[in-house]
Amino acid sequence: MLVSYKWLQDYVDLTGVTPEQLADKITNAGIEVEHIDYPGEGLKGIVVGKVEACTPHPEAKKLHLCQVNLGSETVQIVCGAPNVAAGQKVPVATVGAQIANHVTIKRAQLHGTESNGMICSLEELGFDRNYVPKEYADGIYIFDDQVPVGADALPYLNLDDVILDLDILVNSAHCMNMLGVAFEVAAILDRKVRFRKPEVMESTDSAGSRISVSVEAADKVPYYGARVLTGIQVTPSPRWMQLRLIAAGVRPISNVVDIANYVMLEYGQPLHTFDLDQFGSNHILVRFAGENEEITTLDGQQRILVSDDLLVTNGKKGVAVAGVMGGENTEVSNDTKNVLLEAAVFDPISIRKTASRLQLRSDASSRYEKGVDRNRTAVAADRAAELLAQFAHATVLKGIVEQGYRTVPEQKITMPLEKINQVLGTQLPREQIVGILKRLNFTVKTEGETLHISVPARRFDVSIPEDIIEEVGRIYGYNRIPATLPDGTSSHAALTPYQKIRRRVEALMESTGLNQVYTYSLTTKMHASSYAVHHAATEPTQVVWPMSEEHEALRQSIVPQLIDVIQYHLNRQMADVKLYEIGKVFLPDAGSPRPSEEEHLAGIMTGKRTERNWEGEPESVDFFSVKGIVETLFESLAIENQVDYRPSKRAGMHPGQTADILLNGEVIGYLGTLHPTVQREHGLNATYVFEIAIESLLRRGATEISYQLLPRYPSTSRDIALVVKRSVAAADLYRVIREHGRPLLKSVRLFDVYEGGHVASDEKSMAFSLVYFDPERTLTDDEVNAVHEKILNACADELGAELRG
Amino acid sequence: MLKERLLELRAQALEKIESADGLKTLQEAHVRFLGKKGPITEVLKGMGKLSAEERPIVGQLANEVRKLIAAKIEEKKADLEAKLLEKQLEAEKIDVTLPGRKITTGSHHLLASIIREVEDLFIGLGFSIEEGPEVEQDYYNFEALNLPKDHPARDMQDSFYITDEILMRTHTSPVQAHTLEKHKGIGPVKVICPGKVYRRDNDDATHSHQFMQIEGLYVDHHVRLSDLKGILTVFAKHLFGADREIRLRPSFFPFTEPSVEMDISCFRCGGHGCRVCKGTGWIEILGAGMVHPNVLRMSGFDPNEYTGFAFGMGPERIAMLKYGIEDIRHFYTDDIRFLRQFNRA
Repeated sequence: MLVSYKWLQDYVDLTGVTPEQLADKITNAGIEVEHIDYPGEGLKGIVVGKVEACTPHPEAKKLHLCQVNLGSETVQIVCGAPNVAAGQKVPVATVGAQIANHVTIKRAQLHGTESNGMICSLEELGFDRNYVPKEYADGIYIFDDQVPVGADALPYLNLDDVILDLDILVNSAHCMNMLGVAFEVAAILDRKVRFRKPEVMESTDSAGSRISVSVEAADKVPYYGARVLTGIQVTPSPRWMQLRLIAAGVRPISNVVDIANYVMLEYGQPLHTFDLDQFGSNHILVRFAGENEEITTLDGQQRILVSDDLLVTNGKKGVAVAGVMGGENTEVSNDTKNVLLEAAVFDPISIRKTASRLQLRSDASSRYEKGVDRNRTAVAADRAAELLAQFAHATVLKGIVEQGYRTVPEQKITMPLEKINQVLGTQLPREQIVGILKRLNFTVKTEGETLHISVPARRFDVSIPEDIIEEVGRIYGYNRIPATLPDGTSSHAALTPYQKIRRRVEALMESTGLNQVYTYSLTTKMHASSYAVHHAATEPTQVVWPMSEEHEALRQSIVPQLIDVIQYHLNRQMADVKLYEIGKVFLPDAGSPRPSEEEHLAGIMTGKRTERNWEGEPESVDFFSVKGIVETLFESLAIENQVDYRPSKRAGMHPGQTADILLNGEVIGYLGTLHPTVQREHGLNATYVFEIAIESLLRRGATEISYQLLPRYPSTSRDIALVVKRSVAAADLYRVIREHGRPLLKSVRLFDVYEGGHVASDEKSMAFSLVYFDPERTLTDDEVNAVHEKILNACADELGAELRG
Repeated sequence: MLKERLLELRAQALEKIESADGLKTLQEAHVRFLGKKGPITEVLKGMGKLSAEERPIVGQLANEVRKLIAAKIEEKKADLEAKLLEKQLEAEKIDVTLPGRKITTGSHHLLASIIREVEDLFIGLGFSIEEGPEVEQDYYNFEALNLPKDHPARDMQDSFYITDEILMRTHTSPVQAHTLEKHKGIGPVKVICPGKVYRRDNDDATHSHQFMQIEGLYVDHHVRLSDLKGILTVFAKHLFGADREIRLRPSFFPFTEPSVEMDISCFRCGGHGCRVCKGTGWIEILGAGMVHPNVLRMSGFDPNEYTGFAFGMGPERIAMLKYGIEDIRHFYTDDIRFLRQFNRA
């Protein structure tokens, strides 16, 4: 909402309050002034001149030689405007003046003739071309005759004005008009609003004899009023009105249209004018549109309606999309003589739906959507009638033809006085609270400690006690409210076990060198269905109205997003990258449109594991780098003994370098090398990934720590090298060794794997270090030998292992 | 005779010890003079032939000589060992300015750091951390927050719907509704709700279709707007510096009444006006307000008995302001040159 500081002074005395101070006060009381505009900024040396004589230029057909009286002197100015004529009073940029766009006016020679200044168009004075009335669009501006010659021209163009741009939110719709702003400002400044009721001189002919109204959708149209005005002369509207409209961002058209707009800006009540002679009947019927009913609106567009849309008709066909835009068929033209003026109230939700479906947001619809003052609708019709009589020679027929109630009762709110101080945390005395409410023009009666408040319909945003608390708080000033700390029961708080352990996992990942990232949950359909830990049979969850194909489906795995981040880095010559993310994946649920959500941990590594330095060449990350991180994680969670790794084939992964991660036999994730073709497609180097369903894992709760006494007896260590077929997995040997080493075998460690010259080509040698221990005593050699023997035999029997000599 | 012999031996030994150039020659001297078959032992063996008067004198002298030689050997040994150690240390000298084998740790995401800082502050103030689903029911995302189906404020947050009733949450406020509901009308409820939210925006320098939010909620008997102001003051000083001031401006949110917006005095210029605060001296940080009675009622709390405040902030905005980050997309592009700058955050 653009508010003219000059116009506002019609309603409130702003003496002693600068526009900047006013903006600050309005902002602090609740409506943000987003911007202060100074339309005359940078202009100087513009005066009112009178064209005393105007003759064609002897050398140039399109130019005029004008003798212009500037008050103190008369100068010759060459002017190219087609509308310049003797006798006009015009804005003149004198020599040395500054006009729009920082242009300075100099004395000039035009086709051999001296020109001492420039007669200006509105655009040259900084007016937006879109708002310039068409009579001045291609020429100079012309003042009213009473403007004094030689005076500074800026005040007569309202270029000395200051415009405040108010950001109107849903609850401040009452300030979408000048009167509303005036009431607000008056309350803030504790001053009075100057408001004059419109005076309409009506003829003896009654409007009811010309037109009748009926409303079929009464619950959506609580009030519909119409006035009839005859004998109208369509001309441009008065210049003061044009300038006010321009300041408010509305282009002046003609007196009839401008008056409707002006009253809307002034009262907040949208008005519509129909050419009565084009109306096509003497009956207004407001009804729901038929399905696919068509109407051509003022902008020349054909609109197809649905049965929820409200339509103003002449009983047969539509003449306006109610509250949104009028129809072309009844548009006021230059030849219009008789006008039907509509002042109605339409249901906000209904208007909003229609306007947004037709993508047709008008000044009218945006006001109806947010609500209008019910008690001002008929008054606005009177105000328009008054102005039409004054500036369009209209005869106002007697009465308003109407359906519904002209006014609604004021909203009553009863509340305990103390609640205001209780909620705000203040100790305002009763008189001060009542005083603030009275400044807002609310009626207040006190009965003991109870307030009975009556809220004018203008403030349709105020309906409950909390609204009253807000009104008192904001006018009193939130900055004057003290800052306290809650004196309620003190409460204990801590992270949940899951939140705590998740933080530990983050720290652990970072300690292994992985950088934490956040990527998007919404991705392409293709990404959304790849690399899931558990491949889903159903399609990924999709949003119905995505912004782009890049973000239309919910991810089931984090890995595809991480691959993109690696690619981003490679494109920028960063080849050594290690990342992890903990975030939600969204797993489609066949029975519900809502996916189930769980947090996963995923990591990705590529490039060098160590830096190239003075000690030698760097090492690259590989499968075992990524596996080491995963193992470290499980060890830190003390579940390493419940985890197994099983070779697996997964789409997008290297078939020989991928393992499922199993917790107590159940797949909870995977790790491995990206498939070479995937690497090639994305232009990646060797890249390794893992993903683990971490949430369900961590939510099982932390393994209890059980303290072990420090050993009092020594342990015994034995090394063995076993030759096995290459197909035998390390995990198999581990399993057999552990199984048969119980209970004396304390730990097993694989310390060498050898394939080559000294073993057969289909075999490999694996060397283990075994540690035996008994907490109760020192083991004898014989006891250790017995277990060791048992292990060797089991390895031989179950896996064909031979002791390497 | 024997006496002279001892004195001669003493001289020989001392000379030998003095000239020893290593532990090995010293050891040889030890064996030669003090060994079981050494000359002093020989002298002692020959003492039988001495008179009773001479015997103790020679005996004493022999012991003295032996002791002296042993002491000298020890002395020399220590000396030699010290020299040897010195030599070894000299040989072991390294260039201590060569770079070490450092362990490169990963970085914590800046948004995660900011969220953690806020979480820790509020845990200290008695707030628990609640999380909730990112795919929400329309009811919890809007209706339970006093945003019925046709509420015009729904325009303010265009949403990613999955069906008519299911959508990507547009704020973390639905977690409030869930939490209140769980408490079945009995306070206090003190929670912080961090998480990802989604809006139908085109990604550009200042918009992201996915971003983070942290909501706070405190419902109890007699919670006041002044308490909100107090808590937010603590928050602002904690995050932006002890000399920050806050100001509350009235605003509108459907789920709070009254609603406010909180500005902090500019941490760059201290309030005089600069580029960061666009010359106003104030920076808008978050939205807040007293929980709307409809929200309390819908979640089973009696607004006559309970009041509460709620606030919501954007970690991205806080991070961008605090570090002068110019583009919100950096948080999700994850360039490690960006990420690693904030490892200390």
